[in-house]
Amino acid sequence: MTVARPRGRQIEKLTTGTQAVAQAVKLADVDVTAAYPIRPYDGVMQAVAKLIADGELECEYIVAEGEHSQFEICKHASAVGSRVFVGSSGVGWMYAMESLAVTPSLRLPVVAMIGNRALDDPGAFGVEHNDAMVVRDLGWLLFWVEDAQECFDATLMAYRVGEDRRVSFPVGICVDGAFITHSQTLIEIPDQETVNEFLPPYDLGDRLLHPDNPITIAPQANEDWVMEIRKQTDEAARRVKGVIREAHDDFRRLFGRGGDNPFFEEYMTEDAEYVLLGMGSLGLPAKVMVRRLRGRGEKVGFIRLKWFRPFPDEELAESLGRFRAVGVIDRDYSYGSPQQGGVLFTDLRAALYDAERRPRLVDFIGGLGGRELTPEMMDEMAEITRRAARGEDVPTVSWIGVRE
Amino acid sequence: MAGREPGAAAEALEGRASTEVLEEAKSVEFTYRGIFQKTLAANLCKHVVMANRRREWLGSTIQRYSDSPERNGVPAKQFAVIAPDEERLQEHLAKYEPGELDVITVLDDTLCDGVESWAFYGRQPINLRLRRGGTLIVVSHRSAEELLRVIPRKPWPWTLAILPGTPSMGGLWVYRDDGTDMRVLGAIAKVRPDIFELEAVEEVVEEDEKLGDEHLEALRSGYEEVRVYEVASGEGKEDDYEPVRLPGYREMREAIIVEACKPGERNPDYKTSSDRTMRPLVDFDACIKCRQCWLDCPDEAFDVTEEGYFPVNYDYCTGCGLCSQVCPVEDCIVMVNDLEFIEEGNQDVFPKWKEDPEGYREWREEKIARGRVRHSGYFNTDVWAPVDGGTAERSREEERG
Repeated sequence: MTVARPRGRQIEKLTTGTQAVAQAVKLADVDVTAAYPIRPYDGVMQAVAKLIADGELECEYIVAEGEHSQFEICKHASAVGSRVFVGSSGVGWMYAMESLAVTPSLRLPVVAMIGNRALDDPGAFGVEHNDAMVVRDLGWLLFWVEDAQECFDATLMAYRVGEDRRVSFPVGICVDGAFITHSQTLIEIPDQETVNEFLPPYDLGDRLLHPDNPITIAPQANEDWVMEIRKQTDEAARRVKGVIREAHDDFRRLFGRGGDNPFFEEYMTEDAEYVLLGMGSLGLPAKVMVRRLRGRGEKVGFIRLKWFRPFPDEELAESLGRFRAVGVIDRDYSYGSPQQGGVLFTDLRAALYDAERRPRLVDFIGGLGGRELTPEMMDEMAEITRRAARGEDVPTVSWIGVRE
Repeated sequence: MAGREPGAAAEALEGRASTEVLEEAKSVEFTYRGIFQKTLAANLCKHVVMANRRREWLGSTIQRYSDSPERNGVPAKQFAVIAPDEERLQEHLAKYEPGELDVITVLDDTLCDGVESWAFYGRQPINLRLRRGGTLIVVSHRSAEELLRVIPRKPWPWTLAILPGTPSMGGLWVYRDDGTDMRVLGAIAKVRPDIFELEAVEEVVEEDEKLGDEHLEALRSGYEEVRVYEVASGEGKEDDYEPVRLPGYREMREAIIVEACKPGERNPDYKTSSDRTMRPLVDFDACIKCRQCWLDCPDEAFDVTEEGYFPVNYDYCTGCGLCSQVCPVEDCIVMVNDLEFIEEGNQDVFPKWKEDPEGYREWREEKIARGRVRHSGYFNTDVWAPVDGGTAERSREEERG
């Protein structure tokens, strides 16, 4: 698909990841937000507050007494027709768990930024992906961003996809703590008119909770109803991928960004013999590694997964069948899981089980708790994957950068 | 659940009365009022199982599980299942809740009018799952004729056994032992020796250090006093029960949404029924139109007439008695036992008063004289088992005085 020049005028701005999200929140004209501080998410609540203070955004800003209330406030505001924005990090996100668990079944398109953070103790501020991943089985859609630009883009995409009447699911924008939330890069910001063209007004239709439309949302459901509620939610979850494809095409047409594939980005994979695959900010050192090794004649590539839920199983199976080995990089872990590896690795293995051509899959656990993932570490992972591709005996799961 | 098919075991028993099939597993249901009689029902189930251990049978108890039943006064069920061996017990337990019952024991006779554990499911007949030849035991001072005006007919003969007594509060969380459990056990032993024999339960009581001679006495009194009526096929109230049809996921509205009502409308799907043990009866002559009943009713069950009176809409009244407590006029709103209104059902009594105030007054006074109750809806007998019902009658008299 050829990409036309972006519609409208785009301005360039040096922003952090959290400020980029806030810019998108402003252009999405969010009605209600609820805030409670925890690093590294708190940068976004400060950025949104500043936009309101400066008169750039008209939005109800509610400081809650905790994350549970924060997410409840936004869930209810969403039910009465408000476009909402909320977020948290690490154990704060965990504290909201009860609210997070019920939001998808109520089919309310709450958009949240998750500033990915290690789950305490010991009070680590740094990035790990396990916090966001705890909602992976509950109906939340999860998008992992690579940089500040994608923070902005993914936020608009979250409203567009989540609020689509065929979908109506909450969306989590997963932003690596510190590496993306706290570093500034130049981003392109489109004008309001073009954003309006991409993002229609929030419309719940006959699901709007209003005195003129008397409905009850979420009455007590006992054992005779839950299976049907789950199945309904499942039917909607199956429609999400199609809606993402549509939204992605519109996004490219209007803003001139986003790449060919709505679900994952492939980097130098055309003739690759083996690839690394991961999510979030690790794309940067991975790409540096790929370029360096390519310079030495290594046929290596990198795939960065963007949508983790819905998991693009068929698309990945089709693409990965081309390679002899895939090294999955998990900035998370799943104790006692099959092969004792990471969450992404476990999901990917499940996705490839029915594939006609299955590459060898190895897993790397690395960068936990905010530890840096360097291009040198990427070299190490690439080397193990290369050996796996050639049929050598390598460990299925390796912890990279751990002190022994 | 509504519409559940009888299990394979039940089909195998087609044509044979449950009392005749001695070697099969048996199910006993205790229908009670949530919280008030919780411990009572649990204690009864426990004794059914333990009495069966005397003949080397195995047993298990199951509580009807849902969010609702354990709340104040809401109809609830606990089952005891007994079987001669583990295989036959497992066959029964594999269904979780018994689909057909050999014995149903009703611990509060106002439940004879139907059991509704969850508003949406409608009122189920008390004997809905009673097997051919099964036995319904009711703790009541009412006659079989009176009770059969509210208990639906079955296409086969069954047995109604009445144990004289008032609804016991012996199951409230602070267990006040009034001997009702023992009397009920005695009644079961008498009318259904295939469930357990009197000697078996006597042995269980004798071995229990917490129980004494008075318990044995209550057990035997229950055995002696229970009265048995053979109910013929087709005898009883015409059954208008229709099982609730539950919708599939394609029919349901998305996002856990149900239609609600516009202001001023009442929800036809959320009527109250068998969680009410008593109902308020208003004296419109005495009413000063202060509207406190209307304001305070937690279920908004009071309507307002053009003249400014506040008749009760019994389709939505839970019988909590709050109105009778906030009413400033003495005896203007009086709580009356719900079984006194078999003839009237839930119909509005206001037109009756408008047409014939004198006739209404006489009718109301008669109802109050027969069935007046105070706040809880239960006769709070602080004394040991009202064996012949006399104590309960006396306390009723005392309350009235």
